[in-house]
Amino acid sequence: MSAPSVELVKLSRSFGGVAALDGLDLTVEPGTLMCLLGPSGCGKTTALRIIAGLEHSDGGEVRVGGQDVARVPANKRDMGMVFQSYSLFPNLDARDNVAFGLRMRGWGAAKRRERAGELLELVGLSAHADKYTHQMSGGQQQRVALARALAIEPRVLLLDEPLSALDAVVRVQLREEIRSLQTRLGITTVFVTHDQEEALSVADQVAVMRAGRLEQCAAPAEVYAEPATAFVAEFIGTMNRLPGTLSADGQTVEVAGRRLVAREAGSRSGGEVAVLIRPEAVRFEPAEDGAATVRQAGFRGPITRITAVLEDGTEVLSDVPSASAADLVPGRRAAVVLEDAPVMVV
Amino acid sequence: MTALVWADSENPDSPAVQSPATPRPGRAQRRRPPVGRALLLLVFAAYFFIPLYAAVDFTLGGSRRNMGHTLSVWTGLVHQEGFTTNLMTSLKIAGGTVLLLLVLMVPTMAWLHLRLPHLRRVVEGVCLLPMAIPAVVIANGIIGAFKSWPQAITGSSWILILEYVILALPFTYRSLDAGLSAIPLTTMVEAARSLGASWPVTLWRVVVPNIRTAIASAGILGAALALGEFTIANLLLLNTFPVWTDQAGQQDGEVATTASMLILFLSWLLLMLVSHLGRGRTAKKSLKLRRSK
Repeated sequence: MSAPSVELVKLSRSFGGVAALDGLDLTVEPGTLMCLLGPSGCGKTTALRIIAGLEHSDGGEVRVGGQDVARVPANKRDMGMVFQSYSLFPNLDARDNVAFGLRMRGWGAAKRRERAGELLELVGLSAHADKYTHQMSGGQQQRVALARALAIEPRVLLLDEPLSALDAVVRVQLREEIRSLQTRLGITTVFVTHDQEEALSVADQVAVMRAGRLEQCAAPAEVYAEPATAFVAEFIGTMNRLPGTLSADGQTVEVAGRRLVAREAGSRSGGEVAVLIRPEAVRFEPAEDGAATVRQAGFRGPITRITAVLEDGTEVLSDVPSASAADLVPGRRAAVVLEDAPVMVV
Repeated sequence: MTALVWADSENPDSPAVQSPATPRPGRAQRRRPPVGRALLLLVFAAYFFIPLYAAVDFTLGGSRRNMGHTLSVWTGLVHQEGFTTNLMTSLKIAGGTVLLLLVLMVPTMAWLHLRLPHLRRVVEGVCLLPMAIPAVVIANGIIGAFKSWPQAITGSSWILILEYVILALPFTYRSLDAGLSAIPLTTMVEAARSLGASWPVTLWRVVVPNIRTAIASAGILGAALALGEFTIANLLLLNTFPVWTDQAGQQDGEVATTASMLILFLSWLLLMLVSHLGRGRTAKKSLKLRRSK
């Protein structure tokens, strides 16, 4: 069975007069992994729960494989879901947890056991099949939950911040394994997270949400390099916000002594603007007559983040290779050099 | 299916299976309870056990006959007129009470926790009302409310099931509420639903097994109430074991005390059974797993 697409069409949902989803339109292509990313309260989990059938919408449609599933109850949707909190059944061991969905589908005991064994092997937990939830670590429990969701061969896999409760090392390891499994099985997946690094590293497409609406949906590299809105630009990664002057025709902007191409300037022309520039597009060159003073140098392994201050008090961040950061010590004057690339103005 | 290589940075052995990091203190190192606490415990134990001992001793005839103890009253209990009939009636009423109570309350409480949590205080208030309303009012209220029901129910001891279900509501509510609050109910139910379970199956296969101890506690409290309730049964002129015990007591104190002790021990037996069931299959399997390590 080929993987279906998931389409959200003008989806809306309010809680006590507050709109959690406000006409959300989104399409997840078959067999791809879509990350719903956004700050708390942006509606990403609500959207996922509506797809799963655990929440109803006030308006709009959810189409799976082209068919509206609004009237299909959660237990008939054939969707595997992994929750943020470990959702295993404490009265069942790992094997029986994985086999639960199969039991609901009327599979015989022997077949269930065999399939559950396969899935536990897939997530590397064969040796833990007889353990109960309280005998497993958080990471192990989430793997069992993943195996349980995959055991039913769902049409769509839904992951609701599945890594949030795990420690940093397990989190990175498990996200890579989830991505690897998803790619191998070719299952259409919706992954909700508020962690941008997580989203950028596992997704085929990232949908950045804000206040129940879609800000941008694109490949991770595009979302990072060409943010559609100022919100996306500042939410994804780190961004410098420098003062600049937009040209009369709105095509270029002068910032830190350079004239750069202005992107997304809208209909504005001329005047003071804020220019958004990534730290890796900024370079500091030690110079006694430089415009900035280095305030801090934060070592981060291969790169060092330099924080400098302009004369008007504006902070500028720059990520430089650690090998060339030795001269940029706090108190040193430096010239700000910007990469010659289009910049976003707001 | 080929397994992926999971570079397991986590300890494959669960903390529960591992031996504790810090050594357990030896017997000599263990802290002894303070004298005051031990004394308090002793006073409470005496308050509880001395009357019990006196009652059991009385039923064995030790203090009265001064001829040594005998089990004759206990063994003769079963031959007392009305003993078996009334005991069976009370057991049936207790069984019916527990069944109706749980069938009504388990789904209601689960639904309350899942869908109507804002109404929990209201329902709690309603469930606690039987503690504040005198038994005679409840008895008359029930009769009035069910007067249109068949005479076979309202005119027999079966009406007591309805009475006792209401009387047991406070204990049942508390017990089930504590049980449901102790588990991640919403997530578990949603997980079960997403895996294809219908509502009844979710309730039976996911909710009930995980609040087994709470259900058992509610059941045992309901049964104990039904087995020991005297006032309402007597008011309604119905024959139950406590009513029979009271009547027997007017002729022979030893028989009445022995019957009371029997009900008490029966309740204890049920409590122990519940406690054993509470530990359940999970604990046994965990123990087995630990031993196999």
